Amino acid sequence: MDRKSTRDGFGEALCELGRIRDDVVVVDADVATSTRTEGFRKAFSERFFNVGIAEQEAVLVASGMALCGELPFVSSFAAFLTTRAYDQIRTCVAMPNLNVKLVGTHGGITVGEDGITHQMTEDIALMRSLPNMKVFVASDFNSAKALTFHLAEIEGPAYLRVGREPTQKIYEAGNDDFPVGEAKLLRPGDGVTICACGIMVPEALKAAEILGSQGINAEVMDCYCIKPLPKQQILASIRRTGCCVIAEEHNIIGGLGEAVARVVSEEYPVPIRLVGVSDRYGQSGTARELQEYYGLTYREIVGAAAQVWALRRR
Amino acid sequence: MEKEREGFLKKTALEIRKDVVRTIGVANAAHLASSLSIVEILVYLYWEVMRFNPQKPYWKERDRFVFSKGHACPALYAVLARLGFFDREELWSYRRLGAMLQGHPEYRRTPGIDAPSGSLGMGLGISVGMALSLRLRRLTSRVFCLLGDGEFQEGAVWESVMNANHYKLDNLIAIVDVNGYQMEGKTESINNLEPLQDKLESFGWKAYQCDGHDLKELERAFKAVFACKGAPCAILARTIPGKGLKKIEEGVLSPTEPMSRLLMEEALRELEELDRTYFREGEEQGG
Repeated sequence: MDRKSTRDGFGEALCELGRIRDDVVVVDADVATSTRTEGFRKAFSERFFNVGIAEQEAVLVASGMALCGELPFVSSFAAFLTTRAYDQIRTCVAMPNLNVKLVGTHGGITVGEDGITHQMTEDIALMRSLPNMKVFVASDFNSAKALTFHLAEIEGPAYLRVGREPTQKIYEAGNDDFPVGEAKLLRPGDGVTICACGIMVPEALKAAEILGSQGINAEVMDCYCIKPLPKQQILASIRRTGCCVIAEEHNIIGGLGEAVARVVSEEYPVPIRLVGVSDRYGQSGTARELQEYYGLTYREIVGAAAQVWALRRR
Repeated sequence: MEKEREGFLKKTALEIRKDVVRTIGVANAAHLASSLSIVEILVYLYWEVMRFNPQKPYWKERDRFVFSKGHACPALYAVLARLGFFDREELWSYRRLGAMLQGHPEYRRTPGIDAPSGSLGMGLGISVGMALSLRLRRLTSRVFCLLGDGEFQEGAVWESVMNANHYKLDNLIAIVDVNGYQMEGKTESINNLEPLQDKLESFGWKAYQCDGHDLKELERAFKAVFACKGAPCAILARTIPGKGLKKIEEGVLSPTEPMSRLLMEEALRELEELDRTYFREGEEQGG
């Protein structure tokens, strides 16, 4: 019942932003219906630009608009926006530190039946390696909405990943407290730290319940801000739990997992396990089938948590 | 164009050329030929066409200049210095650690640089975005984008060519420096672009050809462009790589060769000589 997609949260927030700010413009590469920028197009047609099937042009146009003082949102499928236009994003958005907001929809493998070209498990790695770029992942409809508003508030380039599938509600409507560089503590605990983002947040909460029934009190954090990483919050939690599991719908290379692993190994080494896509491409299937097949469920989190808990630093 | 004005612009172009040679020579850098081919284009744009204020480089109502062929920045730097955007002394630390003048133009770091550039084929797309924004804000500012001919080999440029036409951006003017050369040789032998004018026109642009070193022809082309409404316009300026230096013009030196100190001194002597014979005598004859 309470299942709505993060892309819908983005689309809805964009319409509200359009009403309150006249400098918001949207550049889309012919996927407005899918990216949910359609609502903005209908309400503010003069500030909506569909440049056609041309992601590179979309980013360049947004760059030019930002140089003239607009606040452009560029949206397309995460798979095409972050790869096809990478040089444009790097040279014309990240390097000049321009106020361009990139929103990759259809992130992860839960895009489903469209298959490997449309699934995207490398976007976070690509975006977080760009200096000046801030990186966010929405975990439910309301967080997507709140993060979209935040994108408009913060200065400089930012990337937000949203997904296609409706997901379980985590936050109440109107919860707009998603500051840059912080994480949301969803469940306090002292047995094991679980850092999750996107669709892995509800999986982590479910895993925590199971772990709880086995006497392991898991702390669950929604790491919606991957860059800058909420370093102090993560370290404070790990100092109490002495172990950590990181779960994400992304390649285990270059995502939240490796970001946390670096901080942990530098500052306070504890046993960690990464739950993610193990460096391979997906295939067609339903979202849930793919989650099961590629090991992106609460079960893998429970297994990983039990392992690190047994090895935890005391 | 008045004769006196033409003389002034020619003299300015010569002074810019000398500074380009000095800038590149001191840095022992490359891209001399592609910097020299655009001197008259830049001089005409900055002294005759564009609206700007060196004291207020981010003035909202200025015309925008998008320098897509970023590698030729020594010419742009020399122009901006001469106009007072920054101190001319900056030219001598071009490409050095901590310098204001980077190897390719960097937005924010250098006053007068309106857009990032360095990776080729991106300036026109940025210009489309600027032109759309200026139109949205009902500003009469125009966007001038200078591209190298070789840049049209980048596929993304054609995305921008299509878009500029789709949105009928008559506040966007592209100037193409058709010097016929790219890193590895002649453009026509590597990936032929011609007929570029036909290509642009078939994409809905108005395109005008001119000699990119002849100020009167540049004037004619810009007049035609400003008379044109409802379509994006391009000026295809035919130029000579290394213009002003015989050794490059005549093919004795490769247009892509980095410049040694020795060549710099020789080049400066050549330009000084041109200065003496052409201008000083001209002045005497003129009265």
